[in-house]
Amino acid sequence: MELEQRVIKIVSEAANVETSNVQASTNFVDDLNLDSLDMVEMMMKMEEEFGIDIPEEKTEDLKTISDVTNFLKQNAN
Amino acid sequence: MKVNRVAVTGLGAMCGLGNNLDTVWKNAIAGKSGITTIPDIDPEKYPVQFAGRVKDFEISENHLNKKEWARFDTFIHYALHSADEAIKQSGLLEADYPKEMIGSIIGTGLGGFPSIENTVRIYDEKGPRRVGPFFIPSFIPNMATGKISMLYNFRGINYAASSACASAGHAISAAANEIMLGRQDAIITGGSEAVISGLTISGFNSMKALSRWNDRPQEASRPFDTDRNGFVIGDGAGILVLENYDKAKARGATIYAELVGHASTADAYHITAPHPEGEGTVPCMLQSLKYAGIAAEQIDYINAHGTSTPAGDIAETNAIKAAFKEHAYKLDVSSTKSMTGHLLGAAGGLESVFCVMALKEGVMPPTINLQNQDEACDLNYVPNTAKKKDIQYALNNSFGFGGTNSTLIFKKGS
Repeated sequence: MELEQRVIKIVSEAANVETSNVQASTNFVDDLNLDSLDMVEMMMKMEEEFGIDIPEEKTEDLKTISDVTNFLKQNAN
Repeated sequence: MKVNRVAVTGLGAMCGLGNNLDTVWKNAIAGKSGITTIPDIDPEKYPVQFAGRVKDFEISENHLNKKEWARFDTFIHYALHSADEAIKQSGLLEADYPKEMIGSIIGTGLGGFPSIENTVRIYDEKGPRRVGPFFIPSFIPNMATGKISMLYNFRGINYAASSACASAGHAISAAANEIMLGRQDAIITGGSEAVISGLTISGFNSMKALSRWNDRPQEASRPFDTDRNGFVIGDGAGILVLENYDKAKARGATIYAELVGHASTADAYHITAPHPEGEGTVPCMLQSLKYAGIAAEQIDYINAHGTSTPAGDIAETNAIKAAFKEHAYKLDVSSTKSMTGHLLGAAGGLESVFCVMALKEGVMPPTINLQNQDEACDLNYVPNTAKKKDIQYALNNSFGFGGTNSTLIFKKGS
């Protein structure tokens, strides 16, 4: 699966919505109503899925799907 | 000061006997056992391999979506399921009480213990950073009652009562007080418990508290019988809607029973053993009679704590004799734990439901597996078969580790 599709899958599960409702520009808070606990849980799933550490201070900058995919591309080993 | 009367206007129940009130009651009256072998338990590791477990339960999508469901431990699911049944039966959602006058007080002995047990494994294996943000909300004892407030928009009093196996009894007492004092119009109350796990079984087993009759689980819970050898752990929920009697009457609600008296005491004796002379339990029963304003002779039926432990059943029998004198031999006593197992913090909720149904239907559920009655347990225990009798007052005992006691008295609805 493509990187973005893998991210969308995790996000749609976190928000309990169909993957078709999630695109690159989708904002976690404004579009999906995720609260701070949802966000922490979702970022933990990203860490597990992609085998990386997302520093806590960095998660605040990750507001959309493309923010996450860009972060993953930059930090992939 | 005016003290309000307290009506029971709704009931919800689930346990090993079934997942709704009708099924649970039918099976209880038929004298069936809800105790079964735990399918996924390793017999090499665990000396006790059976329980009175809820079976085939799926939470309704109306309560929580699947994702939310996974975030809460099972005692919360049970509480929501039985609370929904009780609330719907009561018609409370159509009542025009102010939202801050409808509360919820739900008892639980251990809360989301299995969630703690599982998360400790993740913590040990993968480290502190893998402990999720929903861990704490998944297990805290007041999350069952908290979710009830959120689902129905009830903004009144909201907390959990926790006093081991007396939790639900104390929750119901606290709820009754709020209504008696006019501080709330209606309260969802009772108890929920779901802690059948490797760690709890190991803990209760090492206390020598559990029956080990793995080869005949349905006979293992046998209160007042000579061969009783410990309790059988059970899970489930028993929920009541308590309501200001006059207001319930005014809105045309069905009054299933009235909660007329309750009392709570402590043994001040031992962490787990009951006081052998009933120095906590006798005054508990006597005070509840006093607060109800009735004579001991008016009690027709006692749903006993009766856990099927060698010491507990004798201590309770002696306490009933001390409190009721000669009338102890005239009234009927049964332990429905013979069928459901011991629901711990939910026991007083489920057994209050049984008391209300016994009053409403005119039939008392039996004590099953009573083959050879212990000589020291010489009361009428409704052996093996339900007993039909038009009764007016029913009393429910719940006693908990820590030496804590609860007695509730219900009167037949008029």
